[in-house]
Amino acid sequence: MADTLLEVKNLKTYFYTDEGVVPSVDDVSFSIGYGETLGIVGESGCGKSVTSLSIMDLVPSPPGKIVDGEILLKGRDLRKLSEAEMRKIRGNEVAMVFQEPMTSLNPVFTIGSQIIEALMLHKHLSKKEARDKAIEMLKLVKIPMPEKRVKEYPHQLSGGMRQRVMIAMALCCDPQLLICDEPTTALDVTIQAQVLDLIGELKKKLNTSIMMITHNLGVISEIADNAMVMYAGKVIEYGSVRQLFKNPLHPYTNGLMNAIPRIESDKEELYMIKGTVPSLRNRPKGCLFHPRCEYAKEICRACMPIFVERDGHKVRCWKYTDRW
Amino acid sequence: MKAETTRANKNSYVLEVRELKKWYKVQEGFFGQKPVHVKAVDGVSFNVKYGETLSVVGESGCGKSTVGMSILRLIEPTSGQVILKGKDITNISKKELREIRKDMQVIIQDPFGSLNPRMTVGDIIKEPLDIHKMYSSKERNRKVAEIMELVGLDLSYVRRYPHEFSGGQRQRIGIARALVLEPEIIICDEPVSALDVSIQAQILNLMKKLQREMGIAYLFISHDLGVVKHISHRVAVMYLGRIVEMADKHELYNNPLNPYTKALLSAIPVLDPDLKKEKILLEGDLPSPINPPQGCHFSTRCLNAKDICRNVEPTLRDVGNGHLCACHFVV
Repeated sequence: MADTLLEVKNLKTYFYTDEGVVPSVDDVSFSIGYGETLGIVGESGCGKSVTSLSIMDLVPSPPGKIVDGEILLKGRDLRKLSEAEMRKIRGNEVAMVFQEPMTSLNPVFTIGSQIIEALMLHKHLSKKEARDKAIEMLKLVKIPMPEKRVKEYPHQLSGGMRQRVMIAMALCCDPQLLICDEPTTALDVTIQAQVLDLIGELKKKLNTSIMMITHNLGVISEIADNAMVMYAGKVIEYGSVRQLFKNPLHPYTNGLMNAIPRIESDKEELYMIKGTVPSLRNRPKGCLFHPRCEYAKEICRACMPIFVERDGHKVRCWKYTDRW
Repeated sequence: MKAETTRANKNSYVLEVRELKKWYKVQEGFFGQKPVHVKAVDGVSFNVKYGETLSVVGESGCGKSTVGMSILRLIEPTSGQVILKGKDITNISKKELREIRKDMQVIIQDPFGSLNPRMTVGDIIKEPLDIHKMYSSKERNRKVAEIMELVGLDLSYVRRYPHEFSGGQRQRIGIARALVLEPEIIICDEPVSALDVSIQAQILNLMKKLQREMGIAYLFISHDLGVVKHISHRVAVMYLGRIVEMADKHELYNNPLNPYTKALLSAIPVLDPDLKKEKILLEGDLPSPINPPQGCHFSTRCLNAKDICRNVEPTLRDVGNGHLCACHFVV
């Protein structure tokens, strides 16, 4: 496929701990096209963040290790690259925005110098050029008075402003893929709306592909083209946002949608998915969701379901197979 | 339980808060200068009926948690009155305060930090009964078992320690501990914010069930408007230390009047990809509470702000049907 920017095939990232092997990402495959926004959604511990760290080769090792799979960026397998080559990819072709902007920015340097450093390293600009570019980037992310702000330190900015700086920094080398890991989770709703609006606008302007990782289904629905739902290290549903939100197939996806208290609904009782997410060290046999699923049958307890596909909408559930 | 006996008058209030203020001094006044204060809570008044949920909602730094902590007197309010079951508790002694805490309990956000790691679940839930010397020792154990069943904790957990539990289970332990004294009101400070959606739904449904069965009132403090809509009867919206709008839940969500409430509601991402609603995008950030804008605090971000907004503080007044709103342009 010529229009695929990133293709992840059968990725497996395991953590080897004293208490046993934790399959955080277990056989995950997906692709992102040029200019596409893919949303990855799931509850804590489902492996969504480890997926993104695996792409950047930033999984803490030990105990973590990418065990198997291919990560193809424009057809080139990132797993086969040396650390020096990988360093050129990070920031340059793939950039990342994290949840907590205060911990990702260095508190002892001005925000300007942090952006300038990236530009001088990756784009080999002179200091003067880099400074102009940094101001331009801050303007792009709508930071007021960028000439003044470049000289300020992270603690002088509010949470929303810091996240804008992070986005400016991530975009300054024109990456083709921007990975956003819960970029708005630490922000208030009105600020979240501003940042999401900005990301959407920049995507249109720069045609960057975005991988948006979040636990908030609302954010996915607003910003993504396609989305996948993860549960206990596995992808359980994958489709366009419209397919996923209009017609969620997997009982887990459906349950999640109904468990969210919405402002447009007057329901008295929320739908409850019983139980809790299984421990990854001790996952159930068969379908990983069966202990919590109201439809679970004998076959669900015995075998892991395979993907069933209908118009590009994939779901990992026995309900949609002939064997049901 | 005891709800039926004490709730003689259903329309009377379990909690009344009048002109509550909490100012923190951040700079001394030298040479006759005025000292500088952060007005975390600046004149907040509301009432909570028996068996009712009033939610206080707002963004970080609006003072909603300070309201809760001042009511509990975990921090001392600067001025104002807190009246619990008709009794002014603003200036009572520590000893009396301990006595009235039987009627007013708290559930806090972090289910990891709020449970003593060296105590078993049974002891954690029993501790309030020990402190208040309620019931005989045998009775206490029976009471603990009863409460554990009520909040959906398996009785076999009674000798386990908090670290053995997930976030949702810990929050159930926190709720059990608050319930064991059979309080009239529980102050809940972001009780579900640290939980995943599927667990959050379980806890919210549990809290509603407990309210139906025991007639407890909740003062529910949260930043999540979806959660608030689900759990409340009435909602108060705060902005920079003041209540800007307060109304019945349906009234507030269907007919928000204050421009801030409108913006807040429109900022929530919707789950329907076809429903691309018109967003009111606010300019800028929350102003610093040390130096809040003159007049209406929201005037610096409000799209309709006029001269009067920048000079005169709007009062919170009834605009009909018990719908209170603080805005010059709402009639």
